[in-house]
Amino acid sequence: MNTNGTLPRRTITALVQDKPGVLARVSGMFRRRGFNIASLAVGQSEVPDMSRMTFVVEGDDRTVEQVTKHLHKLIDVVKVSDISEQNIVERELALIRVKTNPQTRSEVMQIVNIFRAGIVDVSGESTIVEVTGNVSKVNSLHKLLEPFGVVEVMRTGTIAMNRGLQPGEKSERKR
Amino acid sequence: MTMQKTGGQIVCESLIREGVEVIFGLPGGAILPLYQTLPEYPQLRHILTRHEQGAAHAADGYARVTGKPGVCWATSGPGATNLVTGIATAQMDSVPMVIITGQVKRAAIGSDAFQEIDITGITLPITKHNYLVMDPADIARTIKEAFYIASSGRPGPVLVDIPRDVIEEYTDFEYPDEISLAGYKPKVEGHPAQIRRAAKLIGVAKKPVILAGHGVLLSGACDELRELAEKAQIPVVATLLGISSFPEDHFLYAGWPGMHGMAYASLTIDEADLIIALGMRFDDRITGDCSKFAPNAKVIHVDVDPSEIGKSVRVDVPIVGDLKHVLRQMNPLVEDATHVDWIQRIEELKAEHPSLAIRETDKLLPQYVIRELHRATNGEAIVVTGVGQHQMWAAQHYMFNEPRSLVSSGGAGSMGFEVPAALGAQVGRPDKVVWSVAGDGGFQMTMSELATLVENKLPVKFAILNNGRLGMVRQWQQAFYEQSYVATVFNGNPDFVKLAEAFGAFGIRVTDKGQVASAIAQAMEFDGPAVVDFVVEQEENVYPFIPSGTSVAEMIEEPKPERVNK
Repeated sequence: MNTNGTLPRRTITALVQDKPGVLARVSGMFRRRGFNIASLAVGQSEVPDMSRMTFVVEGDDRTVEQVTKHLHKLIDVVKVSDISEQNIVERELALIRVKTNPQTRSEVMQIVNIFRAGIVDVSGESTIVEVTGNVSKVNSLHKLLEPFGVVEVMRTGTIAMNRGLQPGEKSERKR
Repeated sequence: MTMQKTGGQIVCESLIREGVEVIFGLPGGAILPLYQTLPEYPQLRHILTRHEQGAAHAADGYARVTGKPGVCWATSGPGATNLVTGIATAQMDSVPMVIITGQVKRAAIGSDAFQEIDITGITLPITKHNYLVMDPADIARTIKEAFYIASSGRPGPVLVDIPRDVIEEYTDFEYPDEISLAGYKPKVEGHPAQIRRAAKLIGVAKKPVILAGHGVLLSGACDELRELAEKAQIPVVATLLGISSFPEDHFLYAGWPGMHGMAYASLTIDEADLIIALGMRFDDRITGDCSKFAPNAKVIHVDVDPSEIGKSVRVDVPIVGDLKHVLRQMNPLVEDATHVDWIQRIEELKAEHPSLAIRETDKLLPQYVIRELHRATNGEAIVVTGVGQHQMWAAQHYMFNEPRSLVSSGGAGSMGFEVPAALGAQVGRPDKVVWSVAGDGGFQMTMSELATLVENKLPVKFAILNNGRLGMVRQWQQAFYEQSYVATVFNGNPDFVKLAEAFGAFGIRVTDKGQVASAIAQAMEFDGPAVVDFVVEQEENVYPFIPSGTSVAEMIEEPKPERVNK
């Protein structure tokens, strides 16, 4: 437990084969072993026919060790890395629909500018804000927009990558 | 050179190339075209079971006694779901199996077609891996992969689901020589530095004990285990599924521990200063409360599955690898030792806690039946059990000396395993006497396979320890629910003798202690399957008993035997 009583969050990435059912295999494993996923993001990787998944999981060291081992045990999972302790770049994209009117719109835009976020849609009653950043940045913006009336939030979940070229990088591609 | 074959022919050709001799199964619409190719392949023996659960457990029993992957198949929908208990049983006990299921035609998948059930979805958590083959050109490679995955690393069941039109379609057939799976490379050799650390720990231990699991049998490491034990004079305790990996008549054997294991085996672990866990997974039936398990011991854990290491019990030296290879690496590094005091201490524990003593009585005790069975078979039978009290008594009172001579559902605890698994065991080992020690409850779950036994002239002998009860559950009701026997007493059991005769088997009833030996002899003399209905003491309990989630401190050894007779 952290001092604030929550379980620590860890970031794990996995290179998986693009096969039907691979997401069900992975998410099913999390469900039946009782592991908590805070977020999960999936997309193409640099390797043909392989995807990369980024998991943010909640749990102590023992839990995270079990998560990585059980992920690795899945036949379609090729490589698993727990990158929590490493120097990483974490990013998440969020779309936030905020209630706006001609009076509040400029105030919202100011906040958006401070966060280097963008406005991607404006209508009479609402504005869609697009923001990219780590989880706490997205959370902060969300919180600041709350007083205007947040109608809908969509977040991609975190994706993460090591900074610099890691010693293991080449072998990862080979496996 | 390639030639055009149907998907069904490719399945059969592939099975033959994997060395398959027998398939347990039951046909239906979706798998019919595969069945219709069987006459072209007389080298593939098909055994028609009466229920798909029977086919799955039979394939499991076959695999456990031969070490080769068991193969079963069934049609789509209910045929496939009837396999599920058998698949889960194999998964829990790491038994290599390849399961083939027919599926509705590709175009019908997802439409709730007749007999369409998503069997790959259902078996996702209970298979080592599974496949839905949507192109006949993928069948050969998929089956090759299925056998490789099922039988390598930590073995397990692999299911291959094939739609009917994929079975019917023609395509080029060429069997791959080798396959490469990017995400599956089981570790074989152990890490040399960890092995050196382990050997060093063994060298300084005063009270070491080997905990031998199913992995010893699965990896074929019985000789290496014995070499290690004898070289450093280390006592060996087995898990339920590790029984028969080390000869029980060996002076270093110290029984099996846990919930219903021998008290001296549990106490040996409790007093040990080093646990050498080989191919076992610290099941809760062994550890009880993990925080109180082996409190004085360091732990060396060798397992081929890294996810088992550190799962339940903290480990000082983890070694991932195939046990046979790891022991071959480790044994030369282990120094000769004696541990005289420690072995003497275990002898004391055995004398102080005679867990295998049975009380002197004229009543027909189930434990006595097992003793007589051991005597009559010279300890050389393959014993198959169901799950419950009879399973514990069979494991306690039969002495297993030959590897793979006990076949029992450990992890899943599947009642009804005893009939079809014995069928599979007899098919796999026609040279052996196979005794199925059955409960009257479990027997009734799968007894329809008696017909399969008779039809195929498989001379399995059944010892039903008939207490007219779901005995283990009744024992828990007695211990924890003030003898409130809800739904554990059978008031309308069939006449098992007449039932056996109706199936065309031999049947005999035993109600008296004096009839036991002769009934066993008659059953064994009969040229075919035989059922002995032992009407045993109805409220006999299994002891010792360590209640779930507790420790050796809570062990109940009562009732204390009046006289020791073993």
